[in-house]
Amino acid sequence: MAIAVLLKQVPDTTSKISFGGNSVDLDSVTKWSISPYDEYALESALRLKDEGLGDIVAITCGPARSSKVLTDAAAVGVDSLVHIHVEESIYDSRNVQKLLSSALRRLNCEVILCGKQAADTNSGTTGPGISSIMGITCVSLVSEIIIEGENLIAKRSGPSGQEKIQVSKPCLFTFDKGTEELRRPNVRGIMMAKKKEVETLSSSDLNVELFESSVEFDSQFPPPEKPPGQKFEGAESVTSVVKKLREEANVI
Amino acid sequence: MEISIIAENTGGVLNPVTAQIISAAKMFEGDITVVCPGGFGAEEVAKISGVGKVVSVEGDCFSDFDGLAWCQAIESVVTGEILLSSSSNFGREIISILAAIREIPAIQDITELTKEMVFTRPVLSGKAIEKLKISGPCAFTIRANIFPAAESGGNADISIINKSSEVGISVKEAISKANEKLDVSEAEIIISGGRGMGSPENFAHLYEISEVVGAAVGASRAAVDTWEEIPHSMQVGQTGKTVTPKLYVAVGISGAIQHLAGMRTSKYIVAINKDSEAPIFGVADYGIVANWEDALPILKDELEKLALD
Repeated sequence: MAIAVLLKQVPDTTSKISFGGNSVDLDSVTKWSISPYDEYALESALRLKDEGLGDIVAITCGPARSSKVLTDAAAVGVDSLVHIHVEESIYDSRNVQKLLSSALRRLNCEVILCGKQAADTNSGTTGPGISSIMGITCVSLVSEIIIEGENLIAKRSGPSGQEKIQVSKPCLFTFDKGTEELRRPNVRGIMMAKKKEVETLSSSDLNVELFESSVEFDSQFPPPEKPPGQKFEGAESVTSVVKKLREEANVI
Repeated sequence: MEISIIAENTGGVLNPVTAQIISAAKMFEGDITVVCPGGFGAEEVAKISGVGKVVSVEGDCFSDFDGLAWCQAIESVVTGEILLSSSSNFGREIISILAAIREIPAIQDITELTKEMVFTRPVLSGKAIEKLKISGPCAFTIRANIFPAAESGGNADISIINKSSEVGISVKEAISKANEKLDVSEAEIIISGGRGMGSPENFAHLYEISEVVGAAVGASRAAVDTWEEIPHSMQVGQTGKTVTPKLYVAVGISGAIQHLAGMRTSKYIVAINKDSEAPIFGVADYGIVANWEDALPILKDELEKLALD
């Protein structure tokens, strides 16, 4: 498979988060979606396919419910679907990377795309970590990729600014907000996607021996409630607010 | 215990966030070595108190940013049991790659840490806070503006190592320079505009005020999506940047859940909005129900007066 896109299923960014026991209550999440930055990666993968780079495999790593992101990806034109099935959340970054790298090697992918970070963990560890394990160049914070002969040209936002860089295959791109939103599926796409087979793999199918996790979950809790603020009417009140910022809050 | 900190630079100059990371690292009571990729900022780092040693790694690969190449070049001197950098885009990438090379876990964007290695970090863009307990070596990044900067007064030795690595990218075209304006993720004061600003040209009022107090200018997702002139790099919220400034001023921002998630941990929040029912008032310490057209000139005047004090 020429192109791989890594998709993570996350609570939709508009959904409310509630808590049960000492963690986020995932059962109460009403809507799960493809992580937003992964959507930009997916749209870019589809464009590379449109331009003739080859077929796309979408890979996700997560519990049973996460295969939905693969079906959604198939509906917009992804060719094959791989679900690495894990029961629980993985807190040790090494294990997610090991599983995904192993699947990517097996599929012989030359161009790998993913989001710069997932909307649940907000970490951004997976993409660069995989590039390191596979020993391939990582181009981060990309908004667009075009094909130029045997190479790829990516628009990225690097430490010295926005630039167009050239990279040869194999390589990995992590996506920032892209120039194009994810295309919408048509009815035919949705129908076809339902019939598309998802290859489900476990860590043993992949011959991956997981690290014994050295990251232990302690707790998740809501952010501290702020005490109710003060409210003022009218632009004239700016004067007294500025005074309070200096005298009460001591921030200016 | 040895702690390796990867220094961060902006245009060859040491980023002030590195001094905050050094101050956080003192918690572990270990020997602090700061590694400067490309040699950037080495002399400044050596003067920060608490730094035991500075290793400046110089080589051809450091002319353009290639995370993997940079890490392969510095890897041999990043020998600590704890690896640390800031949770900027740069820090996250470097720490992720170094952690994978060393086969140790990476934890990003820590806002609290203990000597017993219990790390606190916001997840779901601040809708929840997570605590993790780490055993053994690990790599992590720390959010800006959480720890006070370590003071100067140090006099660490600098060792220079020449090492390069194969670069996988080549820059074809520089489209725009890195924003010389302060970035929202590092600023102590942020003034953000929403769609209520009416037009991107009106952000000029926010820039004027930002110059008076040394603030960064941010924007809501609605503003970034509506106006091409407002770049995504300014976006605060769940699909933009999560920020923790001392003071966050939201102007013409109604306060969608995604925006609140990205800024609610600010120390103080001021909201200026003409709609008294706007959700932003729910998180504001000081809410002002007014048109920005009326409020901003007064705000600028008042801040200028303070600046003259």
